[in-house]
Order: sequence, then C-alpha cells, then structure tokens
Amino acid sequence: MDGDDRDIPPIPASPAEAHAPRVGVDEWVASVAERREGYSGVLGRARSELERVPRPVFYAAFGVAAALLPAITSDGYIVRVGFDTLLYMLLALGLNITVGYAGLLDLGYVAFYGFGAYGYAMLASPKFGIHWNTLAIVPVVVIATAILGLLVALPSRRLLGDYLAIVTLFFGQLFVAVYTNGERMSLFGLTRSHDVTGGPNGIPNVDNFNVFGGRIGSLQAYYYVALGVFLLVLLVVFLIDTSRTGRAWKSLREDPLAAELMGMPVNRLKLIAFAAGAAVAGLAGTLFAALNTAVFASDFDVPTLIIIYAILILGGAGSIGGVILGALVVNISLEVLRTPGHATWVFYVTILATLLMALRPWRVLALVLGGTVAFGYAAHAIVAAAWPRGVHGSPSVGGWFGSGLSGWELHPSNPRLIGNITFIALVLAVLALTLLSGWKRWAAMIPTLYLAGFVWENRLVVEPSITRLILVGVILIVLMNARPQGLLGTARVEIV
Amino acid sequence: MTDEPLLSLESVDTYYGPIHILQGLNLNVRAGELVCLLGGNASGKSTTLKTVLGLVNPRNGTVRFGGEDVTKRSTSYRIRQGMAIVPENRRLFAPMTVLENLQMGAYLHAGGTKEDFDRVYELFPLLHERRAQLAGTLSGGEQQMVAMGRALMAKPKLLLMDEPSMGLAPILVERSFEIIKQVHESGVAMLIVEQNANVSLSIADRGYVLSTGRLVLEGKADDLREDEGLRKAYLGR
Ligand SMILES: Nc1ncnc2c1ncn2[C@@H]1O[C@H](COP(=O)(O)OP(=O)(O)OP(=O)(O)O)[C@@H](O)[C@H]1O
Ligand SMILES: [Mg+2]
Repeated sequence: MDGDDRDIPPIPASPAEAHAPRVGVDEWVASVAERREGYSGVLGRARSELERVPRPVFYAAFGVAAALLPAITSDGYIVRVGFDTLLYMLLALGLNITVGYAGLLDLGYVAFYGFGAYGYAMLASPKFGIHWNTLAIVPVVVIATAILGLLVALPSRRLLGDYLAIVTLFFGQLFVAVYTNGERMSLFGLTRSHDVTGGPNGIPNVDNFNVFGGRIGSLQAYYYVALGVFLLVLLVVFLIDTSRTGRAWKSLREDPLAAELMGMPVNRLKLIAFAAGAAVAGLAGTLFAALNTAVFASDFDVPTLIIIYAILILGGAGSIGGVILGALVVNISLEVLRTPGHATWVFYVTILATLLMALRPWRVLALVLGGTVAFGYAAHAIVAAAWPRGVHGSPSVGGWFGSGLSGWELHPSNPRLIGNITFIALVLAVLALTLLSGWKRWAAMIPTLYLAGFVWENRLVVEPSITRLILVGVILIVLMNARPQGLLGTARVEIV
Repeated sequence: MTDEPLLSLESVDTYYGPIHILQGLNLNVRAGELVCLLGGNASGKSTTLKTVLGLVNPRNGTVRFGGEDVTKRSTSYRIRQGMAIVPENRRLFAPMTVLENLQMGAYLHAGGTKEDFDRVYELFPLLHERRAQLAGTLSGGEQQMVAMGRALMAKPKLLLMDEPSMGLAPILVERSFEIIKQVHESGVAMLIVEQNANVSLSIADRGYVLSTGRLVLEGKADDLREDEGLRKAYLGR
C-alpha cells in the first residue's frame, strides 16, 4: 500500500481544453447526414414526402373523402355500413384516450356506450313520455356518462393493469345484467317495482334526432351527423394529444412512478382519461339510439367490445390515424365476410399472403404451394374413383376460382359430421406443425393446408357468423406478427 | 440558528415489511450544499432517497424539508416543494422524444420556459441536437444526460441523484461530475448516492458513509478522502 502518489485525477478546468470525448456534444448528429440511409426509388421519395405532411392534413383529407361517400352512392346499404364504421371510429377514438394514451385497460367500455344509448332512449321516447330536444339531451347524456366513468374509476384508480381490467369487465357485465333485467326495478325491494329499461325487449320507438323543431330522419343525414361529430371529437383529441395533458398521459402509461416523480397528479390524470373515454362512448351511444330508434342491452355486450378493441389494436393504440384505418379495415372486412363467396376469397388470400410472408427460402415456398395443389388433385382423383359421393357437393364460390376448386377440394354431399371431425383433425395438425421443424414441417404443411381448405369448404362456410369472427381473428394474428405495434402505431421502445 | 438545513433526516427508521433497513439515520443537506452518500451494495442508499421522497415512509423519525416537517406528506407534495430526482436506472419515458422528456420534467412549470431549456441545453448541448430522438433509443450515457436534464427542468431546490455514474465509461464519469459540479455552483443543493467514492468526494462538500443501514462515517469530503477506513473499504488503496 504505497498509495499517496496516486492522487485522485484532477478534473480539467474546462471541457473544451481536454482531448477527451466531448461529452454533451454530439459527434453522431454532426455526421448524421452521411449515416442516414436514404429512402430510395420513387416509393421512397413518396414516403419521405408523406412524412413531412402535417397530420391534420390527413384528417381533413379523410373528412373530405368520407363526405363524398353518400354523394357517389345512393345505395342505402353502403351508407349504412359507412355510418356504422364512423360510429366505431368514434368509439375507438374514445377508447384510444383511456387505453391508448393513459394505458388504462378499460374492459367495461361498451357499458358507457350502452349507458349513452339508453340515456338518449329514455329522454326521447314514449317510454316515459319524455321527448326532449336533442341539443338538450346530448350534453346531459355525455356529462352523465362522464360522471359514471368517474364513479367507476374512483374506487379502482389505485388498481393497476390487470385489476382494473377485471373490475371494469365486471362493471360491463353488470351493466348488461341490470339493463336486461330492468323491467322490474325497485329500490332495494322497498318500493313498488317499475319498468325502467324495458328488460330484454329494450326501449322501442326512440325519437330521431330533433334539432330546433327539425327532425333528422334520413340515413344520409345521420351519416353526415356522425361524420361531423367524429371530426369534432377528432379535433379535440388531436389538440389534447399534443398538449401537456396528452404528454402527461403517455408518460403515465410508460412509467407511473417516474411520472409521479415529475410531480404529475397521477390519479387525477387517470380519472380524467377514464371519464373522457366514457364521455365519447356516451356520445356515440346517442347517435346509435337515434338512428336505430331502439336500444337493446345485448347490443352493448362483449362482441361489440371485441370489435372496438380489434380496431384500436389493429390500427395501433395511441394513434389517431390508426383508429381511422383500423375501423375501415375491421368493419369492411366484417361486412365483406358476411357473404360466403367473398369470405372464401378472403380465406384463401389470407393463407396465401401468410405463406408468402412467412415461408423462406422461395424454393420451400414453391414446393409447399405446388405440393398442396398436386396433393389436392391427387386426393380428388383417388376419392372420385373410390367414393363418388365424396366429390358430390359444389364449392362455395363460382367462376374460374370455383371450378378450379371443384377439381381440387373434396366436397362430400353430406359434410356435417365429417366436417366436424376434420375440424378437430385440423386443430391437431396445426399443433403438430408447431412441434415439427425443418423439412418435416414443410412436408407436414402440405396436408395441413389441404385440410384447412377442406374444413373451410365443408364446415366453416356453413356458419358464416362464427367464421367471420374466426377469420377476423386470424387476420389480426397475421397482422400482429407482421406489425406488432399495429398499422400506424409506433414501435415500442424498451429501455433495458 | 439561521443555518437550518434544507433537508434533514432525524433518527429515521425505515422498514420494508418486517425488515429493518435504515437504523436511526441522521443526515442533513444545507441549501446549496453538495453532499454525497456512499456505501456498498444493499447498504440502504436508495432506501434513504426513497425515504426523503416519501416513496417509503419511515416508521420512526422525522423528515424535514425547507424547515417543514414533511414526514407525513405525499411524494407529489414534496416534489412540489422543490425536490427532484435522477432515479436509479434513469427511468426515462422511452417512446417519447428527448424534448418531450424535458417538458415532462418541467410539468409543474407548465412545460418549461425558453430560459429553462436554454439552461439545460447549455449544460448538455447534446440534448439540443437530439431533441427529436426517442429517449429509449439513446445510448446509456446519453440517457443519463436526459435524466439529469429532465430533473433540472423542474428547477429543484434539492436534486437527488441515485448513482449518476452507473454504466458510464470512466472518462464519462469524470465529465458527468464536472457537470454536476457546474449545476451545484449554480446554487442547487444536491444529495448524490454513489459507489464511486473517489470522484464524488472530489466535488462534494460533505459526505456520509452507510453500512447495512447505519451511518458509519460522516464529515467534510476532504477529511473523508484522507480517512484510513474509508480508503480501505471504498477507495481501494
Ligand atoms: N421493496 C423492498 N422490499 C424489501 N426489501 C427491499 C425493498 N427495497 C430494497 N430492499 C432491501 O433493502 C436493502 C437496501 O436496499 P437499497 O436499494 O437501499 O440498497 P442500495 O444501497 O441502494 O444498494 P445498491 O448500491 O446496490 O443500489 C437491500 O437489502 C434490499 O434487498
Ligand atoms: Mg441503489
């Protein structure tokens, strides 16, 4: 221990003098121009131009395009789908505040939607003989829904993540239960029972919107009202998004403790986000009730919740543009899938696209695809010779695609039982696939794909309502693997 | 006595459940003073900072800040009274830009004035150049600067730092301490938790040494640097 000559290193007087790395001055940024990999080609140029366009320009463009829809088509069905899509956009925009910005997993969100719809129905229908002016009802309902949101969040504000999810899910189910059984309500059994919600029959004969004595009756008019409301809410959300509160929500979502250490009122911010989301849902509810002129509690159950979440997740939670894109994709695919012929196209295209994306090298891709086609024709030929009834049925699509399919796919004349059995076989085969690796996997993929086609043709097509959901689920899974952050979300950044 | 300390812990006992961590801790920081808190791993340094901030509450003892007893006060109250922290592991808001991180630091001052930003950018020119980059994509050393800049945006009276030198190359450690010294000279009181006794004592006014939750040494930084026991234990010579 001869220590004392090894003194503590002196700290240089000024950073500029030292020939040390220049801390705080960024040598990377200085050379960033050379380092940045430019987007090349026409597409690349277009992309870098697009990135410079301010976001509100896109929203305005969307507004203009959407406003043109009823002008270019008089088809009531299409306008109706447009209205529903706008309604879901509005719902997703509200949920985006709660989940996307503040990171509060609200699984009772549809209850606020239902609360708004029932609120409108009760104040504008023969049910209680009340027929208020719409301009009075909407603010009342929106504020009431926000207050309900506060009441739900108040006891759960300390609860985080999973707990909040369970509490709100419970609340959502409670809502459905209360409203479907609300035809004999009494205060703790003390009063005579009253019919408050119409029970399973809901509330019929709800008034249309009624503004300054003018009734809004036509579908077109509702479409424009929905568009106007959506754009208005979008503007508000956009302004909040770029405000101090919006940033505070995001930081709260990322790291509540760090947010608290910056002096943010964490609990109050959470409550505001929760109530704001609820208020938007309540607003959407009034639109829903006025257009449909009837409300049923079952409209506000889990399936609706799933669609809203699907939109949000697909589009990218936290992104306004993502909400628009997500609602378009989800709603339009749900509509397209209503018709079995369309659904069949979507089914095969999804499978093909997945294979194209996932299978490499190209050699393997070609082998699997070619193998599947050959396998099908061979199987078809063998079965046709041995058991003619096995190819008796016809495929679910027509045209050249259908005639191609009819030589490939087996179509037993009575597919029900065999369809069920093969469905289970398919699930097992997919599980087996995940266990295999290498060439065995590629080889096993061929019969599995064929089996999938068979199950589709003989089982799933027969039950479009279930199939629709399964297909949307599959599309979601595929997209999630390709873009985990959603279509327009920003990729997560983890600090390790 | 007009010389009342800005921060004082008076015979503080902090527990995690049944485990007694801080044992009768007495510690103070005067206004404008730079104090470092040394100690080995698990000696209770971070716990001391948590106690100061109110993230854990002491079972016995008093925490005073600015002459006021804040023992029963919430964390956010203490932050509003002028504490700020550069936490262990930095805890930046990863998917937000450097600029947004700084704005969040100044949350209590409505996002910060131009002067606040200029002050921080002068200390860390890098933060200005990287203001549009996502904080989570910065290198560890760069993130440390954001964390310090963010805390300074709150214009604290007392800045707490938990191991600011963690994960930095030796030359960067010296530089960071150069910056800490500058901040200190601008009048901010600091309580710095460090493993790196050597460098921290060279800029500190006073120091405390913790060992398994008890103070084992305290005094002027220069005296501590000469102390045989501390040298053996921490300075490695
Ligand atoms: N939340 C907790 N619950 C139980 N024990 C804890 C908790 N936090 C810390 N401890 C324990 O308290 C002791 C002191 O921890 P502390 O984080 O204060 O150490 P430290 O001095 O900061 O160490 P290091 O230099 O490694 O960061 C450790 O033994 C730790 O395991
Ligand atoms: Mg520690």
